[in-house]
Amino acid sequence: MDILYKILIDPFVQMGAAPDLLVQTVWEGLVSGVLYALIALGFVLIFKASGVFNFAQGIMVVFAGLTLVGLHEMGLPAPIALLVTLGVMFFIAVAVERVVLRPLVNQPDIILFMATFGITYLLIGFGELIFGGNPKRMITEELYLPSGAIEWKAFGGFVQFQKIDVAAAVIAALMIAVLAFFFQKTRIGRALRAVADSHKAALSVGISLNQIWVIVWFTAGIVALVTGIMWGARSDVSFALQVIALKALPVLILGGFTSVPGAIVGGLIIGIGEKIGEFYWGPLVGGGIESWLAYFIALGFLLFRPQGLFGEKIIERI
Amino acid sequence: MFYREAGQYKTSYASDMAVFPIRQDLIGVLLILAVAYAAIPAFASDFFISSVMIPFLVFSLAAIGLNVLTGYTGLISLGTGAFMGVGAYACYKLTTIFPGVNIIVWIVVSGFFSAAVGVVFGIPSLRIKGFYLAVATLAAQFFLQWCFVRIPWLYNYNASGAIEVAQRTLFDIPITGPRATPETRYFILLTLVVVLTWFASNLVHGRIGRAWMAVRDMDIAAELMGIKLLDTKLLAFAVSSFYAGVAGAAMMFLWYGGGEASDAFNINQSFNILFMIIIGGLGSLLGAFFGAAFISTLPTILKFGLPAIGIPLAGATAEHLTHILVGGLIIFFLIVEPHGLARLWQIGKQKLRMWPFPY
Repeated sequence: MDILYKILIDPFVQMGAAPDLLVQTVWEGLVSGVLYALIALGFVLIFKASGVFNFAQGIMVVFAGLTLVGLHEMGLPAPIALLVTLGVMFFIAVAVERVVLRPLVNQPDIILFMATFGITYLLIGFGELIFGGNPKRMITEELYLPSGAIEWKAFGGFVQFQKIDVAAAVIAALMIAVLAFFFQKTRIGRALRAVADSHKAALSVGISLNQIWVIVWFTAGIVALVTGIMWGARSDVSFALQVIALKALPVLILGGFTSVPGAIVGGLIIGIGEKIGEFYWGPLVGGGIESWLAYFIALGFLLFRPQGLFGEKIIERI
Repeated sequence: MFYREAGQYKTSYASDMAVFPIRQDLIGVLLILAVAYAAIPAFASDFFISSVMIPFLVFSLAAIGLNVLTGYTGLISLGTGAFMGVGAYACYKLTTIFPGVNIIVWIVVSGFFSAAVGVVFGIPSLRIKGFYLAVATLAAQFFLQWCFVRIPWLYNYNASGAIEVAQRTLFDIPITGPRATPETRYFILLTLVVVLTWFASNLVHGRIGRAWMAVRDMDIAAELMGIKLLDTKLLAFAVSSFYAGVAGAAMMFLWYGGGEASDAFNINQSFNILFMIIIGGLGSLLGAFFGAAFISTLPTILKFGLPAIGIPLAGATAEHLTHILVGGLIIFFLIVEPHGLARLWQIGKQKLRMWPFPY
């Protein structure tokens, strides 16, 4: 009975007793959820347009952040470093399309998935070779990002908001809005959606798949750069981030591989769920459950909807 | 010239469906076995045996396991590392609780524990498919890895939190622990691999293997033909995890000799083994060996081979270059032959049969 009490009742009593802590935890979860959602967004963009399960998205985040900081360390002013980094991401997009995607077109999914592993190793190797493997501090002030914290007195206590987290949430929301506009209202966006629907039909109306793939990988690169800056500002820019990027995978299966809103909603659910789980239920089993809780949440959803919350219904024919 | 089937007539269906349809294949396999059992221990150095052959054998066992699941049944798993870990910890617990029983028995038995865990995590595969399943198996990877660190009972409440391999003997010859020679460990491991490969070959060539392949090609059609999806998929998970578990136990007890257990069974290990079967060839036992040989010896070759041909390397740069080379080679092999090294081998054999005529 005691253990049942600890699992079923005690956490809620704690939540009621200290609402400020609850709000703080939810906020923390929300912010990490936004960052998971951003990584997942990069995955979804590429998966929709080219059917490639891009394992390299996590390392692209690290590589983009590292390039930015590394270039700044070499003496470039921050805005120029930012532009050059964008150029590097564009170069990566072109190179991936030319060297990897084009020769492997029409291969089974798992082969393309493996190829993105190759890209991951290449990016790790080049990143370490050029910029060194040590963690670096993100150039927060130089990019005019705020630092410090706001305290908000409420619920008989106070809740602390890091300014950088608020900025991250706002920038993420802005970027998603811009992407949505880009997809819905521009010519290229229409072409992208056409390719996502059917490669063959898109080809037959004269859309160049190769061009679209470059654009999509570049867009994912921009998303990776923004994620890298935000995440780098919260901790350091280091290759350890790549492991955290694996957290974006449960977000993907929760939201569905093909759905942008799914990535965002999934990210928030996973982020908040795992922070609350860790804070209130984690101590019961010795803590550290953050590493797998997200997968179990996602697995629970999957058993009821095998294609994810927002994924397209899977229809199989014989 | 020598690789011809001329004069070898098949008079029954069974002989037509044999594993080695051509007599030269059988001779070739026996030759390889002779080299592995006699020539390598006799001529190779301890260093070669312990840092090339033993890792190769351990990984080929794990790769056979994953190939059963991914190559034959079409279920992608990213949890192989964790299943190997289950085998290692099961073996450790068993040999501490029952020290009297021979360690080789426990290495094999620990596979069954791993198989049981694999079946539990295989249950979602009935509803979830493709990459969704791959990500779902990551749940197994992270949950089990967490267990290895957080449940002190698993490592006997050691202060170091690592597996400690005690000395165990067979006919008074030490086979595990610090006093076991590389040759003895190599013989034990080689025998395990040979027996288990023979077993796997029989499985995939029989009714069970055909059911697996039917499920891989299209599971709904397989179900309509009367194959029970639940049994077939879970059996694939069980067999695959069994091999992974034995590989994990062998890795800890016959290769590492204890230590950094939670690091050895992390997500990178799972990915490594997935590389092996894809580079080697999906759905081919031979491919598992090719892939294991390629991936497990590549770092050693780069580390000792590049300085030997006159490219000097500092420690850190060597590691970075290894990353770049591995990445480049993966992409290169996928582009050149997406069906893996086993396919290249087959093409080569076909050419040899026809030689010197083009067809």
